[in-house]
Amino acid sequence: MKARAGAPLLVSLLLTSGCAVSYQSGLDPAGTQAARITELWWFFIALLGSIFIIVMAMTVWPLFHRHRGINQEPLEQRHSPSAATERKLTRVVAAATGATILILLALIVLSVITGRATAGNQVTGNHLVVEVTGNQWWWAVRYMNDDPTRILVTANEIHVPVGRRILIRGMSQDVIHSFWIPNLQGKRDLIPSRITTEWFEADKPGRYRGQCAEFCGLQHAHMAMWVVAEPPAEFEAWMAHQLDRAPAPSDPVTQRGQEVFLGHACVLCHAIRGTPAAGQVGPDLTHLASRISIAAGTLPNTKGNLAGWIADPQTIKPGNHMATVPVDSEDMQPLLNYLESLK
Amino acid sequence: MSVLTEWRAPAPEAAEEQNALYRAWADGRGIFSWFSVTTHQAIGKRYIVTAFVFLLLGGIEALLMRFQLARPDNTFLGPARYNQIFTMHGTTMMFLFAVPVMEGMGVYLVPLMLGTRNVAFPRLNAFGYWMYLAGGLLLYGAAFTGTMPSAGWFSYTPLSGPQYSAGKGVDVWAQMITFTEVSAMCVAVELIVTIFKLRAPGMTLNRIPMFCWSMLIQSFMVIFAMPAVMLASTVLLLNDRTIGTHFVNPAEGGDPLLYQHIFWFFGHPEVYIIFIPALGMVSAILEVHSRRGIFGYPAVVLSMVANGFIAFGLWVHHMFATGLPQIAEAYFTAASMMIGITSGVQIFCWIATLWTGRLRLTAAMYFIFGFIFIFVLGGMTGIMLASIPFDLQAHDTFFVVAHFHYVLIGGALFPLFGAFHHWFPKFTGRMINEKLGKATFWVLFVGFNLTFFPMHLLGLKGMTRRVYTYPAELGWGPANLLATIGAVTIAVGGILFIANVLRSLNAGARADSDPWEAGTLEWAADSPPERFNFAHLPVISNRYPLWAPREQQGIVVGMRNDRREVLVTSSMDAEPHHRLVLPRSSIWPFLTALGFAIGLVGSVFAFSWYFVSAALGMIGLIGWFWPHRPVEIRP
Amino acid sequence: MSSRSLSSATAAMCALALFACQPEKQQLRPAPAQVAVFGDAARESDIQPGGRESQPQVTNPFHGEADAISQGQRLFSWYNCTGCHANGGGAIGPPLIKMEWIYGEEPSNLFDTIVKGRPNGMPAWGGRIPEYQIWQLVAYIRSLNGLEPQSATPKRQDHIEATTETRP
Repeated sequence: MKARAGAPLLVSLLLTSGCAVSYQSGLDPAGTQAARITELWWFFIALLGSIFIIVMAMTVWPLFHRHRGINQEPLEQRHSPSAATERKLTRVVAAATGATILILLALIVLSVITGRATAGNQVTGNHLVVEVTGNQWWWAVRYMNDDPTRILVTANEIHVPVGRRILIRGMSQDVIHSFWIPNLQGKRDLIPSRITTEWFEADKPGRYRGQCAEFCGLQHAHMAMWVVAEPPAEFEAWMAHQLDRAPAPSDPVTQRGQEVFLGHACVLCHAIRGTPAAGQVGPDLTHLASRISIAAGTLPNTKGNLAGWIADPQTIKPGNHMATVPVDSEDMQPLLNYLESLK
Repeated sequence: MSVLTEWRAPAPEAAEEQNALYRAWADGRGIFSWFSVTTHQAIGKRYIVTAFVFLLLGGIEALLMRFQLARPDNTFLGPARYNQIFTMHGTTMMFLFAVPVMEGMGVYLVPLMLGTRNVAFPRLNAFGYWMYLAGGLLLYGAAFTGTMPSAGWFSYTPLSGPQYSAGKGVDVWAQMITFTEVSAMCVAVELIVTIFKLRAPGMTLNRIPMFCWSMLIQSFMVIFAMPAVMLASTVLLLNDRTIGTHFVNPAEGGDPLLYQHIFWFFGHPEVYIIFIPALGMVSAILEVHSRRGIFGYPAVVLSMVANGFIAFGLWVHHMFATGLPQIAEAYFTAASMMIGITSGVQIFCWIATLWTGRLRLTAAMYFIFGFIFIFVLGGMTGIMLASIPFDLQAHDTFFVVAHFHYVLIGGALFPLFGAFHHWFPKFTGRMINEKLGKATFWVLFVGFNLTFFPMHLLGLKGMTRRVYTYPAELGWGPANLLATIGAVTIAVGGILFIANVLRSLNAGARADSDPWEAGTLEWAADSPPERFNFAHLPVISNRYPLWAPREQQGIVVGMRNDRREVLVTSSMDAEPHHRLVLPRSSIWPFLTALGFAIGLVGSVFAFSWYFVSAALGMIGLIGWFWPHRPVEIRP
Repeated sequence: MSSRSLSSATAAMCALALFACQPEKQQLRPAPAQVAVFGDAARESDIQPGGRESQPQVTNPFHGEADAISQGQRLFSWYNCTGCHANGGGAIGPPLIKMEWIYGEEPSNLFDTIVKGRPNGMPAWGGRIPEYQIWQLVAYIRSLNGLEPQSATPKRQDHIEATTETRP
């Protein structure tokens, strides 16, 4: 009775387990490299899955055709399998081994070829260089440029133009992290005292979520980021806007909010270009309101979430390094207004 | 009925000899004797029981993890506690369960299979067990008093360094490794010497039982691999944490990748150290329940040897994402795929054995079939992971978690459970309940696949490892819930097994020495074996002595029975060479281990305790090696 | 092992678990009172009119906690204490690893120094950083001087070569 009730539950769970979203999925490639990897994956599945089925069939075959005579003595005592049988089996095993070797060699070659294609080392010249520095538990992003005035510092969100090669130069400020956007490319570890590099290219516009993929401490689970691929024109517009300083407050409440920001501990960690706040150890907040999420992909960027985050970060992301700064209740609304104005 | 029982028919003077054997080999009673035991059956059983306790603890930790992950944004465990628990789970399973249980099976079965009375170094055997127990008590004693490591079972630096892992948790982890690896090395050394030098006369190299071959290969691997992890944990990490060195501190010129290289140089062979004895078990069980010798004995042995060698050339496949040069990584892709050949040869030979055997489908055979299914599936995902581009997507996701649980549980735990069911009569003298054993198999098999198969999908859909929770909007909830249900099912299977063992111990049918009509020598001894294993040491002329005609078997005469004597034979052809007197019970292995343990545990807190460790250990060793009155030599 | 000895061992272990080691405690979410900015912790003078009253001893709530000392180590760098005090050896500010403390070495004295500032250049951090972080910094500074338990004190930082062995 219980088994019959349990079966539909299990079946429905099995079916819905495929219902994960596609914006953090290696099986829904949106970039050149990820597409090649996914092709390789499907080929592997087909080939190795077939081999698995064949091997299993060969394994369970004796269960259906086994020699009867369970009371017979051990074969070795009276007669081993005949020499002819053993010879035939030797040939079969040798053939299977030979096939295994050939298949594995082919897979090695295929892997190396795909690896070279997805590593994308062919420098085209028209690539964008983005430095990503892993911190516990957020991402510092710097768009490099030959012109120092056009170097953009932001955090937790990367916009890229569709169809252009992106070079990620990865570093870490503290422990080993790993930069991974499943829809676009494989992962690359961010190792302190080293620079690791990775190329990717987005094929179509969209929002893709990535997550840190190397255990980095208490909030490894909540160290995510968004990569937004957009058409080149939109990307340039975004870039130009992000390079601007923070807009000055336009009304008294927002002005009060800026004063609250500057008068509390916020300035010790965060920077807002265009104000005296120039803290380097926390994410840059100059255009905070333009981001999809806050707290490194943990919460959608809404006023309520921002309020909850500022008031009690340790409940949302226990152990993270944001201080619990006491903000009086009458200061909270102006502060939120100000932060929401940083578009 | 065993063939050998006939030629142990006692003659009048034989009864007197047998009494002398009993007296010489008795373990003794009382608490002092319990600490002084040096017979391999007792120590083997201790390893297995202790390892099983750690399996249960690790299983509870796994259940806690699965309960936390069953739903998105769950609050059953906070991040600190979850990180501690997954660290403890991995550490317990890898260091405190998997290797010691294989060591224990080896310590128990190898002398029986070789036709001798004990391992070559009985006191070292005891010492190894006490060190293992001390390491486990260190880790869990610390855990129960609130000090747990939380940097993962491989403790990458700098996360596990002094700046990012405050407190003593990681220090305890690093020092526990010293204990378990010393223990593993002790067993490795004694098994190698036992297998080479203490075989029954006539047991040439190509007559050695499959399980003994696997333990031999595994022991060599232990000797080469374990020093690497002691180096990584004690020299690199523990010194960085306790005496201010900078081996793996990137801020002052150290290199975190050095730690990874050295750790994985151990870490990859480690999984084969766990897996290869299981291969030997599979061959042994298959032979008996197919009633024929393994097909392609030389091929299977050489495959295992090749497996052991190649395993040392794979370690960088754990580091494909670290940005090492492409051409270097490609070599490791090739090696990681090529090791599939060695496993493949063995599987083909086993299938050939099944095809031409006379199958008897006991519970042990069920576990063998389950092993083939699960391990081959895990091997397939392993081949996928060997490919660098795919690995860069799947590394550090639940895909890898699925893969290694398939190969470790399928490849090592299922054969181990098969081995428990197969050798249960030998260990305990009772038959284990076959129906309950088969039910256990099905519950474990279904539960295992329910738990770990969905994880392949989760990994490909972006779920990374070692996360204490995940957001609901990503849609990972149903698969995780399925996995948790599977985990509970596995727990039920475990409970069934324990119930079966307890019931069979009390009420199972009595087993004679050879209930399965097997071919290898351990089935000639009583069930359970007397402490001296065999009344007369056998002389063999066949790979399967118990299946060979009676006229071809012989016994060794002329050994003294009033002391613990074994026959040393030559390494290749097992020709008798000389008699060796083994020590009786001795308290010194325990005292030496205690001395080292006190010092090594103290060294977690202060460096000066290393000197205490050395001093106390030295006292123990002096007692151990204190020369006794010389034994007279007679030809 | 007999079942009796097994159960008594289990009972002993459970008892031990209750007395969990203080050094390993992690307080991830500061108690509300520890978030507010506090006033003074220590008196400046021993003399008191109308007879001495015993001074309530303000202790560091994070005393002996390894995680708090580790947080203090991080904050010491993040809030730029290193700018004046280097990594404890002192630069334009006085060293913080020393025998003679100008304003006292008790946790309450250190707390006051950080909250109120001191003449000749020590800024007043009270009103900026929350109280619990000040206590974490106090714990860290005390650990530099070997005044915290050994088991909670990290043996070195990643960024400097100085060790934190007990002062002579």
